[in-house]
Amino acid sequence: MSPLSSTPTIDRQPPSAINEHPSGDKRFKVLDITMKRNQYRSDALIEVLHKAQEAFGYLEEDVLYYIARGLKLPLSRVYGVATFYHLFSLKPSGAHSCVVCLGTACYVKGAGELLAALEREMGLKEGETTPDGQVSLVTARCIGACGIAPAAVFDGRVAGKQTPESVLAAIKEWLPDAAS
Amino acid sequence: MSVRTLRINGIDVAVESGTSILAAAKQAGITIPTLCHLDGVSDVGACRLCLVEIQGSNKLLPACVTEVAEGMDIQTETPKLQEYRRMTVELLFSEGNHVCAVCVANGNCELQDMAIAVGMDHTRFPYRFPDRDLDVSHPQFGIDHNRCIFCTRCMRVCDEIEGAHVWDVAQRGAAVRMITGLNQPWGEVEACTSCGKCVEACPTGAIFRQGSTVAEMQRDRSTLEFLVTAREKKEWTR
Amino acid sequence: MDLAELLAIRQKERDRQKSTRIHCCTAAGCLSSGSAAVKAQLEAAVDAEGLGASTEVCSVGCMRFCGRGPLVEVVSREGDREPILYEQVTTADAASIVKALKGGEATAPLGDRNHPFFARQFPIVLENSGKIDPERIEEYIAVGGYQQLYRVLYEYDPAEVVDEITRSGLRGRGGGGYPTGLKWATVAKMPAGQKYVICNADEGDPGAFMDRSVLESDPHRVLEGMAIAGYAIGANHGFIYVRAEYPLAIRHLQKAIQQAKRYSLLGSQIFGSPFDFKIDIRVGAGAFVCGEETALIASVEGRRGNPRPRPPYPAESGLWGCPTLINNVETLANIPAIIREGAEWYAKIGTEKSKGTKVFALTGKVRNTGLIEVPMGTTLRQIVEEMGGGVATAGGVKAVQTGGPSGGCIPASALDTSVDYESLTQLGSIMGSGGMIVMDNETNMVDVARFYMEFCRGESCGKCIPCRAGTVQLYQMLTKILNREASEGDLERLEALCYMVRDTSLCGLGMTAPNPVLSTLRYFRQEYEELLQPATGKR
Repeated sequence: MSPLSSTPTIDRQPPSAINEHPSGDKRFKVLDITMKRNQYRSDALIEVLHKAQEAFGYLEEDVLYYIARGLKLPLSRVYGVATFYHLFSLKPSGAHSCVVCLGTACYVKGAGELLAALEREMGLKEGETTPDGQVSLVTARCIGACGIAPAAVFDGRVAGKQTPESVLAAIKEWLPDAAS
Repeated sequence: MSVRTLRINGIDVAVESGTSILAAAKQAGITIPTLCHLDGVSDVGACRLCLVEIQGSNKLLPACVTEVAEGMDIQTETPKLQEYRRMTVELLFSEGNHVCAVCVANGNCELQDMAIAVGMDHTRFPYRFPDRDLDVSHPQFGIDHNRCIFCTRCMRVCDEIEGAHVWDVAQRGAAVRMITGLNQPWGEVEACTSCGKCVEACPTGAIFRQGSTVAEMQRDRSTLEFLVTAREKKEWTR
Repeated sequence: MDLAELLAIRQKERDRQKSTRIHCCTAAGCLSSGSAAVKAQLEAAVDAEGLGASTEVCSVGCMRFCGRGPLVEVVSREGDREPILYEQVTTADAASIVKALKGGEATAPLGDRNHPFFARQFPIVLENSGKIDPERIEEYIAVGGYQQLYRVLYEYDPAEVVDEITRSGLRGRGGGGYPTGLKWATVAKMPAGQKYVICNADEGDPGAFMDRSVLESDPHRVLEGMAIAGYAIGANHGFIYVRAEYPLAIRHLQKAIQQAKRYSLLGSQIFGSPFDFKIDIRVGAGAFVCGEETALIASVEGRRGNPRPRPPYPAESGLWGCPTLINNVETLANIPAIIREGAEWYAKIGTEKSKGTKVFALTGKVRNTGLIEVPMGTTLRQIVEEMGGGVATAGGVKAVQTGGPSGGCIPASALDTSVDYESLTQLGSIMGSGGMIVMDNETNMVDVARFYMEFCRGESCGKCIPCRAGTVQLYQMLTKILNREASEGDLERLEALCYMVRDTSLCGLGMTAPNPVLSTLRYFRQEYEELLQPATGKR
């Protein structure tokens, strides 16, 4: 790796700003703590991106700038890493998330039908969010719940042996008019 | 210094240990096709055009990153290699939007030369016509993503010779894309020193000088050679 | 910490455990079937029945029969009563299970430990799985944990450990089957200096969850295996690269590392010896290619998971250019048992060239789904038909897919093949990490091939052209065939491109990406041909 510290840096904020983001957004503090714990080492980039994704919900440009400066990394490298990995998102996602597993076991047991039902009934396609910003639909390569395939994850809760009906029911619970 | 003797296409060669097969072949007057290799920057073994057959190994190995070993018996032009090289070039053509007739690098393009060298006049694979864009926000240079083959030579010269690391690769798989800065317009990237090394490094018409017209693109690779020699050997020979 | 203290912890824990233990599986599979609520109800029932003095409800790891979860097992510490296994337990069943301790019958369906699904198993890696609480180091110590680490530090010199592993015949369980002892010896022989051990827990094959289960159910076993490996090769630092998709495994690992540190079983001067060893966790971020050694290293270093050409192998130049040993979870989980029982014991299990046992995730259309650990050499028929109970649909088993996106589909006609590295390779598949997906006559093999190609297309890092563009073209060709738009010539082009991608790709992902296509072409070519355009004269 080349000595990148000697490269021209982007001075959007003065270097001393590391303790307090000018916006006053407290979530940057979480990033500072993570970076500090890793001694601002460049190899902590993925760790820090995880934290950022957790704290902000997605990786906005401002956050990527902040991390690049903190770890003294080229901007393009931070962007390259952030877009390489599936779990990092550069766009905001919905309030709730539904993950349909598309691992082989789920696939042979009908995960495709779950997706088809969601598209048919909700007009929701993989990688999309409902227009009201309530529900995001994503797919996973395999969540390791093959024994109870087909599986889906609703806001982090894994549910096995899903049917199109059960998935739709779970999602409708999140929608505002569901209570009535 | 120790010497290794080996055989390439039946020609005996003696080279310093640690030499790559690619360099050894060059010394023996044998050209192995390459696209991602660029003298003076690190090798990544990505374009797979320099694959060679080595007796006793059932794997094809990239000549650019494989070091010579004593007694190696290497073939660089077997029918299998020729066929695979041709398919590789066909894949490259079908994956981007390469229209030579309107390209600044027409006649001075390594991809075009490669197609001629491997005897590729058409691709058997359907063209994918990807939707790619053009960035001419930089005052001097531009990048036409349609012509990019992801050799990453621009990224390596910028990182390893200039030291600015303006370029990198974003996304993955078929969606990969060369980016500048935080995927910003090139002209807005403050790290860019406008040194132009990426322009010299680009094998196709993807990165170009603004104002140049079709078939006008002449690269001056000696600039890079000069810099590499200067940096590595402390010899300023220009 | 010295041996006496370790043994004291062991005794104290044994004394603490109550005579009746109700094991409730809280690994990811059963947890998603609602086992946490079941556990709470069981605890309430124990209190309500006033059995608190003699009975405890414990969270344990995977009991393997995931398809019938949540699983609950009642065991007596003295072994004076046969364990009773309950399947598909609901919160409503909880009270009756506890009442049954005093006599009577529980409402939950009884499981059968004598069923071939269990009876044919030979648990080594999974020996503690479903028996101990993975979140309490004391329970691991109570079953003899960390004693093998003590033994190697005081009774073996590093070369002897390497020798022991070599003689055991253990081969890499991540898929390649490279002899583990040889790998260790290579790193051990590199000049002394900074070296690393990496545990590859990036189990990315869809349909495989063996490693997840081991990490969730018995994390200390992996830590002990890593420390032993570290001692053998002269490394003082280990990394576990685990997929972010496994949050429970990550939590259990974090907890296990903390506990081991607290007892000084990790850290400086372990057991008072000069050996230091620390372990850090690195969480992946959703990239299958990071299971490849060089891509994994790049990712641990915080970069894009792009593989690089090998040689140099990580054993010579790995993490930050230092000699690095990379072993899979299951490989490392075998180590404590091999040290405890000896290389000869291990080498007696399995076949001549494939020693020991292998854990498989048996899934798909098979009746009994879950985790199995069987001796190498068990036949596919025994696994799929006896243990798995076959498939429910008419026509029986059509094919078994092993090795995930890098493997192939083995036809029913080859079910009598013994499961070992060489036999599976001969069939055009691979052992892989252990996913075993059973397919029946409803499964369209061309569609399966396309499924895997879609996977590889999406997971290609994009660095080398054959994998980046080749997988896209292969996917399109398969789609064309499935849409009945292809002709005979397309089938030839498909095969030619498969060979090209296999022979010219930079890393394992691309090299093996055509395998599912090639293996289905080999055994189910007819299905492809039936989809071709009649213009070719066929049909």
